[in-house]
Amino acid sequence: MINAVGRDIPQEIIDATGMKPFAGAFARHNETYTKAAPTVRAIIDPREDKMVGSIAEVLKKCGIKDGMTLSFHHHFREGDYVVNMVMEEVHKMGIKDITICASSLGKAHNPLLPMIEDGTITNIQSSGVRGKIGEAISTGKLKGLAIMRSHGGRVRAIESGDVHIDIAFIGAPTCDKYGNMRANGGKSDCGVLSYAYVDAQYADKVVAITDTLVPYPNLPASISQVNVDYVVEVDEIGNPAKIATGAAKPTTDVRKIMMADYCTQFVINTPYFKDGFSYQTGVGGASIASTISLGKIMKERGIKMGLALGGIAGPMCKLLEEGLIEKIVDTQDFDLTAIQSVATNPNHFEITGSEYANPMNKGAYVNQLDFVILASLEVDVNFNCNVVVGSDGMITGAQGGHPDTAAGAKCTIVIAPLLQGRIPAICDECTAITTPGETVDVVITDYGIAINPRRQDLIECMKGTKLPICTIEELRDKAYAIVGKPEPVKFGDRVVGVIESRDGTIIDVVRQIKDYEWDD
Amino acid sequence: MNPNLNRLRRSMMFLNAQKPSLIKDPYIYKPDSIMLDLEDAVAENQKDAARYSLYHALKEIDYRGVERVVRINGLETAHWKEDVRVCVAGRCDSIRISKTESAADVLAVQAEMEKAEEEFGVEKGSILLMAALESTKGILNAYEICTASPLLFGVALSGGDYTKDLQTKITGTGVELAGARQSMIIAARAAGKQCFDTVFTNLDDMEGFRKEVEMIKAMGYDGKSIVNPRQIAVTHEVFTPSQKEIIFAEKVVKEVDEKKAKGIGVFTVDGKMIDIAFYPGAVRTINMAKAAGVYEGDL
Repeated sequence: MINAVGRDIPQEIIDATGMKPFAGAFARHNETYTKAAPTVRAIIDPREDKMVGSIAEVLKKCGIKDGMTLSFHHHFREGDYVVNMVMEEVHKMGIKDITICASSLGKAHNPLLPMIEDGTITNIQSSGVRGKIGEAISTGKLKGLAIMRSHGGRVRAIESGDVHIDIAFIGAPTCDKYGNMRANGGKSDCGVLSYAYVDAQYADKVVAITDTLVPYPNLPASISQVNVDYVVEVDEIGNPAKIATGAAKPTTDVRKIMMADYCTQFVINTPYFKDGFSYQTGVGGASIASTISLGKIMKERGIKMGLALGGIAGPMCKLLEEGLIEKIVDTQDFDLTAIQSVATNPNHFEITGSEYANPMNKGAYVNQLDFVILASLEVDVNFNCNVVVGSDGMITGAQGGHPDTAAGAKCTIVIAPLLQGRIPAICDECTAITTPGETVDVVITDYGIAINPRRQDLIECMKGTKLPICTIEELRDKAYAIVGKPEPVKFGDRVVGVIESRDGTIIDVVRQIKDYEWDD
Repeated sequence: MNPNLNRLRRSMMFLNAQKPSLIKDPYIYKPDSIMLDLEDAVAENQKDAARYSLYHALKEIDYRGVERVVRINGLETAHWKEDVRVCVAGRCDSIRISKTESAADVLAVQAEMEKAEEEFGVEKGSILLMAALESTKGILNAYEICTASPLLFGVALSGGDYTKDLQTKITGTGVELAGARQSMIIAARAAGKQCFDTVFTNLDDMEGFRKEVEMIKAMGYDGKSIVNPRQIAVTHEVFTPSQKEIIFAEKVVKEVDEKKAKGIGVFTVDGKMIDIAFYPGAVRTINMAKAAGVYEGDL
């Protein structure tokens, strides 16, 4: 069946998953539904000790068995040890057919590969995957189906019961003996635990794993004792050097700086750039550079940002300190400056993944965004974006909050260099679609800026500026003129992954990659 | 006369001709000229590969008005003649002669270029020349070199090689280059040619770079050789007349025209005494502003 972004969704996948094809970014607005609920074991007896000696023991206490769904968060990013340490024990016990439901997985989780190959793990649900797990999925080694969900979409899936978590393992930088978890103060600080809230609230069993046990009560807690069954203390939950890097040096890449300047000029020429505006940006070189250059103009014009949202990095915190931002509302921290800021600055707040981006709650923060600055691996001529599947067909990225913020913001700007090596980033058709073009307003490249024709208002705003505005077709043509139009990647018939829209419908599927066959 | 002879050349950006990723789109940074290098940036056993890459870039890539200068290997090498053939076959805009020491060097390259123009059916005089002065002998012969050919649009200092010949090194103070810089600009101006300064390689010292550009601008230079797009904005800023300068030049031109008609020789503009001697400089400022795309007046 052809969905609303023109992708062919096989009927057998619709039948097997019970999911509907994507019908538009706002098609489920006003729908009513009943939330799922976990099965809770009451802890009435005050003598019960939640501390458990080892991961193996806690698995037994939680009744681990074949076919269960285990969940994890990704606040430790590429420094995470928790997923591997839990899964190693599961593997040792000979448990099979596990579904991993993680807020994201990265290269840190390459050690899971043998467990995918031997059937310990048969399904993966994540914002995205990189490294060996991505290759394993794309080459058909995962027996079941991978489901890629946005951060908001994951909360929706859990709250609506599309996925039910049997055991949630929550790595906690600090925790007390009764399960109050905080993201600050330990050896492996990660700033916030936003994406783990929903796991704590909706999993049948919740296990806190910490390397820094602190005196009771560990307050203010991100995740409360009332949702926690057990606490396990281990030596290390992560590698601090990979959880958060020091303050990133501003990029010296002129191409990125140029795109950042285009972005800033675009932003300030829209009607949304006024006192109290709201803004979200990523952590790439161009995004950071645009935060810095925007800050300068805000200072010059005396305009303050009311709300900075999302994954937070140092330059945004600097603007908060300088009084150029009223409040930072945080779901993930990318560097030590951000981690320190959320712990100390009273105007820097931690929120839950649902508050951030869940499309099926009663209004997420993303809905209040004026601007979001995003990146993309590919953008097609209908402004559809792909942030998950590489142009070589391999799953290699994550949706993160991309579709969530794009749908929510009044002005969604995607920055992408026109060419990624020899691959055109602006193309006729993306290898996969993760973010619908109806929610993407502007694409900024090093060769020019294209505004979505749906946004005639923005096209009008830019008329007096010196920005290199052109059509997206012109950008595509420039890219093809330089590197040629690549032949499409060859895929087999088997669907190995579903790219779930944030509302739970299927926006695209990912097929098993096929070896390239040369024409005679 | 080739219309490009006196074009705006504030920045001339070096790029290794062998690196497709570098030469595919430097025009997005909007330098005035790019310098596709076949000489020092290319290893001895890669010269042929660099020529292939250069040829295809010249033939296939639309550099959108950015001047395409090619730096060929020195006349003491076995490479330069083939370099010239490729430059002509690919129809570059200009050829930069390395290690130029005499008018004879310029004429030798010109002769080879004309031969190639014949071979590839390229219109004579459509490709220009420039000379890099890299030795004390080259500096001493600057005027002879500048006047060697009507196709030669200017000379550029190559500070690294020059200081070696001078038996010193780049100190960062500019003292070692002072004589060469002065000699070159005097020779170039006397010959009616353009003059370009050497590269500044410390990319982390943007303040030092700006100072150097301001200094050579004050000395009369037309532009600077650069090694990274990061250096373009500063170079253009220094070499582009400010709005204040443009407005003043505009007034001078208009007043001189008006007063001349009335038979008045000396008068004041914004409190400054002005006479006909100011006219060429004011016209140059307006022309430069026009070439740089910043002139909004009606002259």
